[in-house]
Parts: sequence; C-alpha cells; structure tokens
Amino acid sequence: MNRLDNFTKGIIKENPVLVLILGTCPTLATSTSVESALGMGAAATAVLLCSNIVISALRKVIPDKVRIPCYIVLIAGFVTMVQMLVKAFAPALDKSLGIYLPLIVVNCIILGRAEMFANKNKVFDSALDALGMGAGFTLALCAMATIREVFGSGTFLGFPIPVLESNKISILTMAPGGFFVFGILIALVNKLSSSKPKKQSFGCEGCPSRDACRGSAEKEGAV
Amino acid sequence: MTKLIIILLSAVFINNYVLSRFLGICPFLGVSKKLDSATGMSIAVIFVMLMATAVTYPIQFYLLDPNDLGYLQTIVFILVIAALVQLVEIVLKRYIPSLHKSLGVYLPLITTNCAVLGVTILNIDEGYSFLEAMVNSLGSGLGFFLAMVMFSGVRSKLETADIPKAFKGLPITLIAASITSLSFLGFGGVIENLFA
Repeated sequence: MNRLDNFTKGIIKENPVLVLILGTCPTLATSTSVESALGMGAAATAVLLCSNIVISALRKVIPDKVRIPCYIVLIAGFVTMVQMLVKAFAPALDKSLGIYLPLIVVNCIILGRAEMFANKNKVFDSALDALGMGAGFTLALCAMATIREVFGSGTFLGFPIPVLESNKISILTMAPGGFFVFGILIALVNKLSSSKPKKQSFGCEGCPSRDACRGSAEKEGAV
Repeated sequence: MTKLIIILLSAVFINNYVLSRFLGICPFLGVSKKLDSATGMSIAVIFVMLMATAVTYPIQFYLLDPNDLGYLQTIVFILVIAALVQLVEIVLKRYIPSLHKSLGVYLPLITTNCAVLGVTILNIDEGYSFLEAMVNSLGSGLGFFLAMVMFSGVRSKLETADIPKAFKGLPITLIAASITSLSFLGFGGVIENLFA
C-alpha cells in the first residue's frame, strides 16, 4: 500500500505541475499541441526515471557537500542520451521540442525529486516516485495541451474537429494563451481542493537550491 | 550593423525570453514582487548571460567542434555556467563587496535558470558569429529586465486588488502575465519592417 502510494501521489495529490508548481517553463512552452506535450512528458519521465534510480543507488557514495553538482552531471548525461535517441528516432519531435529538449537538464522537477526523494529512499521506491511524478507531469501537460490544441487550432493530435476548426481561438496557441490556460487550470485545482491546505503563492519549496539561496536571500531581505 | 540592431531589438521585444519563449519563468514569477529585487535579479541575469556566452561560445567552436564532441554540449555548458556563477560570486565577494551585496543574493538562483542555458545553446543553434551572439545575449538579458520591471509594476497593483479566492496567488499572477505577454505580441513584425 505504502509502495503504491509512492506512485499515485505524483499523479494527483502532489502533481508536480499543478500542485507543486515545478517545471513551469517546459509546461508553458511545449503544451501548444498534444503531440509535443506527450513527447516532452515521455522524455522528461525517461530522464527522471534514470536519474532517480542512479541517484538513489549512489546515495551513500555521493558526498553530501557536492551532491548538487553530482546530480546535475548525472542528469545532464541522461538528457544527452535522450536527446540523441530522439534525434535519431523521432526527428519531427526533436524539431517541435527544439531548445526545450536540452533544457530538461534545468527542469526543477528532476533535480527537485532527486533532492527531495531519491537521496533518502531505496531504489525501487525512487523508481516508483519517478514514474508517478513523470505520469503527473505528462498528464498535466496533456490536459493543458488538449485545451490549447482543441480550442486554439481546432484539432486533436492533428485530426481536425468539425465545428471548432472553423472557429479557432488562435491566441491560445500563442504565448499569452499559455499563461492564461495555466492560470485557469491552477485556479481550478485550487477550487476543487479548497478544503485541503494549499499552496498560496509561488514559493521555493520544491526548488533544489532553496537552502543555498533562501538563507542568504532572507538575510538580505530580498525575497 | 543593421543586422546587429535587428538581433538586439528582436531579442528584447519579439522573442522576449520570458514572455514569448517561456524561459526563466521561475525567477519571473518568484522574484517580481518588488521592484528593487526584480531589478537586482535582472541585472544579475544580464551579467551572467553575457559572461556565459563569452565563455561557452569559444568552448563550442574551439574545443567541442574540432574534436567531434558536439554531443557533450549540454553537459559542458551547464557545468561551465555553474562554475562561472560560483567564480563570479567569489570574485565579487572578495574584490567588489558593494556589488556583491546587491547582486550576490541572486547569483545562486541563476545557476539553474533555463534562460541562461537557453541563450548559450540558442546562440550556437542560430549560427551567430561571436559578436552577434554577444549582442543576442545582451538583448535577451535586456528583454528579461524589461519583462521583470514591467511585471513588478503590474504585481504591485494586484496586491491590493479584490480577487476571487481560487485565483489568489499564482493563478492571478499567471493571468496578469498573459496580458503582459499579449502586449508584447504587438511588436511582431515591427522590427523587420523598420529597416526594410
């Protein structure tokens, strides 16, 4: 039961995008079509799974002081592998994701999970956590992409939808639409989960470098 | 010369990193609450972007490309940026403490900022010359500055506004960002035609 929880919490209760508010940049940028959202979700999940497994396996080997640089190198290695695989087998996806594929390195979900979960838990649990978080990321991306693609371009996965195709709201596929749909979705999640304690503002909780920067930032009174 | 101006202006207005390319959203939403912290953060970003480009561009063309190591780009760039930020912080702390006091707080935040890694990779992908790459980085940094400063003004108005409960906090901030971003859409096509 507890093991299963590691998997399911990422999907709804601790959804990385809509509840923990991590990985906003790729969410906004790659949710213009369902196809690229699925591709981004799959690529990030693959990197997350590999990095969580390896980091969890090495959690007793990596010295605590240099763990963040170690994690970044490991993650960058896996991102490069995924990048090469995508370039070789799905060149169209490589084109639609563009710069956001190498930028998975700096996706806070991956470093955040390494810091919050993988370096404290066993390999199997970390793998489940990665799969759950990956699934949550992909689902949230797809939910956003579905709204933006169906209403913005009048298609779903490239197939035209009869009435909407001639009445499309193209602004939704552009940058302002991304911010707008994301805002509405988070408001919806807030509304639905209003009984539970929720995150009120954009914070540093999930950010991997929060200890480093928050200490100094609070001292200086900047944030 | 015209090309450099076009690169600069389009990096600031049309391809604004925050509002149309969605890079660096975390600091944009996190640090834009107050005008002075928004300004400090953006100046640190401009500084790091320029430094990072100045270092990564020669690495790509004199180290990685001649040795067929182009696939190491992501790993090398992120490490170089992380090391550079650390180095800049140490140097500032030791020699220019006053500047460290105003920028130092924001430096660790920038290491994993996707806008910085993004600008270095995009400079290579677009095939810019060194000068063009530097101008593009400057433009991108200035665009970030402009978006941050504008948005911190919008947010100070939001503080006192009466907002539906579900929208409080992040959702209304995103809606405001959406409207700010809408205003930047108006620049589309202006700059190409300016010199046509």
